[in-house]
Amino acid sequence: MRAVRLTAATAVATVAALTAVTGCTEKSDSKDKGSDAVKVTATDDSCKVSATSFPAGHVKLAVENKGSKVTEVYVLFPDDRIVTERENIAPGTKANITAEIKAGDYEIACKPGMTGKGIRQKVKATGGKAAAKRDPRLDKAVAEYRTYTQAQADETLPKVKKFTDAIRKGDVEAAKKAYADSRIGWERTEPVAESFGDIDPKVDVREDGLEDGQDPKTDWTGWHRLEKSLWKDGKIGSREKELATLLDKDLKDWQNRVGKALITPTSMANGAKELLDEVATGKVTGEEEAYSHTDLVDFKANVEGAEKAYDLLKPVATENDAALTKELDRQFAALNKLLDEYREDKKSYDFTSYDKVGEADRKELSDAVNALAEPLSKLAAAVVVK
Amino acid sequence: MADTDTDQVKDTGTATPPAPSRRSLLAAGGAGLALGAAAAGGAVALTRSGADDDMQPAAETGGAVPFHGAHQAGIATPVQDRLHFAAFDVKTDDREAFVQLLKDWTEAAALMCEGRTVGDGAYGGLPEAPPDDTGEALGLKPSRLTLTIGFGPSFFDKHGKAFGVADKRPEALVELPKFPGDNLDKARSGGDLCVQACADDPQVAVHAIRNLARIGFGKVAIRWSQLGFGKTSSTTPDAQTPRNLFGFKDGTRNIAGTEKDRLAEHVWVGDSTWMNGGSYLVARRIRMNVETWDRTSLQEQEDVFGRDKREGAPVGKAKEHDQPFLKAMKPDAHVRLAHPDANHGATILRRGYSFTDGTDGLGRLDAGLFFLAYQKDVRKGFIPVQRSLAADALNEYIQHVGSAVFAVPPGVRDKNDWWGRGLFERTEA
Repeated sequence: MRAVRLTAATAVATVAALTAVTGCTEKSDSKDKGSDAVKVTATDDSCKVSATSFPAGHVKLAVENKGSKVTEVYVLFPDDRIVTERENIAPGTKANITAEIKAGDYEIACKPGMTGKGIRQKVKATGGKAAAKRDPRLDKAVAEYRTYTQAQADETLPKVKKFTDAIRKGDVEAAKKAYADSRIGWERTEPVAESFGDIDPKVDVREDGLEDGQDPKTDWTGWHRLEKSLWKDGKIGSREKELATLLDKDLKDWQNRVGKALITPTSMANGAKELLDEVATGKVTGEEEAYSHTDLVDFKANVEGAEKAYDLLKPVATENDAALTKELDRQFAALNKLLDEYREDKKSYDFTSYDKVGEADRKELSDAVNALAEPLSKLAAAVVVK
Repeated sequence: MADTDTDQVKDTGTATPPAPSRRSLLAAGGAGLALGAAAAGGAVALTRSGADDDMQPAAETGGAVPFHGAHQAGIATPVQDRLHFAAFDVKTDDREAFVQLLKDWTEAAALMCEGRTVGDGAYGGLPEAPPDDTGEALGLKPSRLTLTIGFGPSFFDKHGKAFGVADKRPEALVELPKFPGDNLDKARSGGDLCVQACADDPQVAVHAIRNLARIGFGKVAIRWSQLGFGKTSSTTPDAQTPRNLFGFKDGTRNIAGTEKDRLAEHVWVGDSTWMNGGSYLVARRIRMNVETWDRTSLQEQEDVFGRDKREGAPVGKAKEHDQPFLKAMKPDAHVRLAHPDANHGATILRRGYSFTDGTDGLGRLDAGLFFLAYQKDVRKGFIPVQRSLAADALNEYIQHVGSAVFAVPPGVRDKNDWWGRGLFERTEA
């Protein structure tokens, strides 16, 4: 989870980075090439597209909101995953959206009032640039990483059940014990999990991440809601039991869908970096596990997930940038060594409670995270460069 | 090559410090003021004064200060309007990695001081990778950016052995003693390295530190940093002397960049070591209790400093630059205690900035002076002056809350040279 929850829509947009469909938005006045853009004219009850078929590759949408409501525009895969999106397009304004789009079928959706499924229009990206032939080692890396994410989900479900069973039994102590362990698989593969933008807000949102207008009493679900009950309130009521069952259900959904996530070598590399970003913004500060203080467990899991993606990409990355992988090896080792100082048994996930970690030590952890995350941000380039 | 720093400002020539005026050469007063602050943006003050036609507001010239030279820029070169000062801890014991960092830093610093981007720039690279330069200084002028590096005592204590430079620790690089009234926050003190970034545009100074910190991740980590505005003293013989946040003029007789003799006598190290041509820097975060000061009567305020508030004239004199008669001042007056005559001639070059970091939890302005002083030897410069200030009446209104000292090596001579090369290079090389 990010320190401050993004709106559901922007969280969903992590798909763009994750699928290496490099979506980006720019102001309408910045680079207006005009003619080759697909014009999208949005009103309160229509979403007109100037071309329903365009060459794949670098596609630009020139959006104009002629309606009276604020709107947002999406490019969607047929299964509703998001290619790219742009929110908050005010009435009477224009916005450009650009994305690298492969050949295939898509939908463009306008959402007047920024709610609902939107007004949709089927479009097709044709021929265009065929994807360059990829290094077979990278295909293998992607396949192995996919297997890994599925395995993490598969292994997580029983651990979650142990946690939720304890809650359903009303056993506060047992639930507390099972809590951190139930999150490890999720934390290891978080960027993939987050790519299904609807699951993350259900299972991993923190109270401060709720959106305006959401009521914590009814709208706050998932691990952290239960964490608060267990550690702050110290009791389990009927609502908590309901939420436990809901958590099982939502994570089951994750387990069913995780195998379908779009994964590419660059999304793996940037996903690894994002795991470190998660650490830097949420765990190092102690915000993630504000009640249980099990931040270091999440921390370790994030690092493990990043290391897994890195290890799979390393053979190719080393060929392209040996200095980078040498530095990454060094920094992964340094961070893991530092983390080991916070657990007695190197095989257990029994880490020091984060409220016992002093400011100077937190700084040390933060420095080590920065030392790893900065070179890790260069991994994607080392994977794509020949 | 510019062998004096007076030559170091190129560009339109308007930023070149004018020759010292007759008045400033004759003046001898008030050099020891340990506190100083700015006229709100020296540039504005100059424009308003209309007195010096040859001085153009510095920020508008936007010129580049040459990075290469016998001395590091940012010491005797004309003071800019803004500061971002950062102290770093070294996180590696790998000599090769650290030396590479110094080389990478030097290369980036030289580019940024020319107003150019770091590495492959801020855009146009691989879409999948973050750009080398963070980009927020794109389109901005060099803004007289200077970057000045220093090595702290802890650098030699903690890493001297691993880096094979323990025997090169300068004798003059001493830890500062505890001074009466110090209330030092460890989190705002010390540091193995420092980089002082001064520029006329705060975004340029912040960009420089941010990019150096980024290049340094894994090798160094920022320990603390301080933003400053409003130079509190000047190294150009300006018509206007800056004011500190207490509203008093300061730096009336600071060492000017044009005063080669005084620089040689008080600022530049002149010996046969790697520090030859370098200097020693003392950085102190001095919190001012501005609320209580503002409730203090004018008479007491003037008594505390030993100068009048309007003109800056020493007690009993009419003009700012009149020779002060120290005995006319109260025995605990700041100027009297800080003056070289009261300290066996101890003289320092000040380059401090005002700061405010918002307000504290009690609603008090978290403001004061980020004091920066360069000298040939801390033991003969800052330490005796600060000891003398133990009785300073000003102490009721200020508190030293952060402290650090650094050995500042000589300048980077040319494109093949790098920050700290003299320290790391074998003598036979």
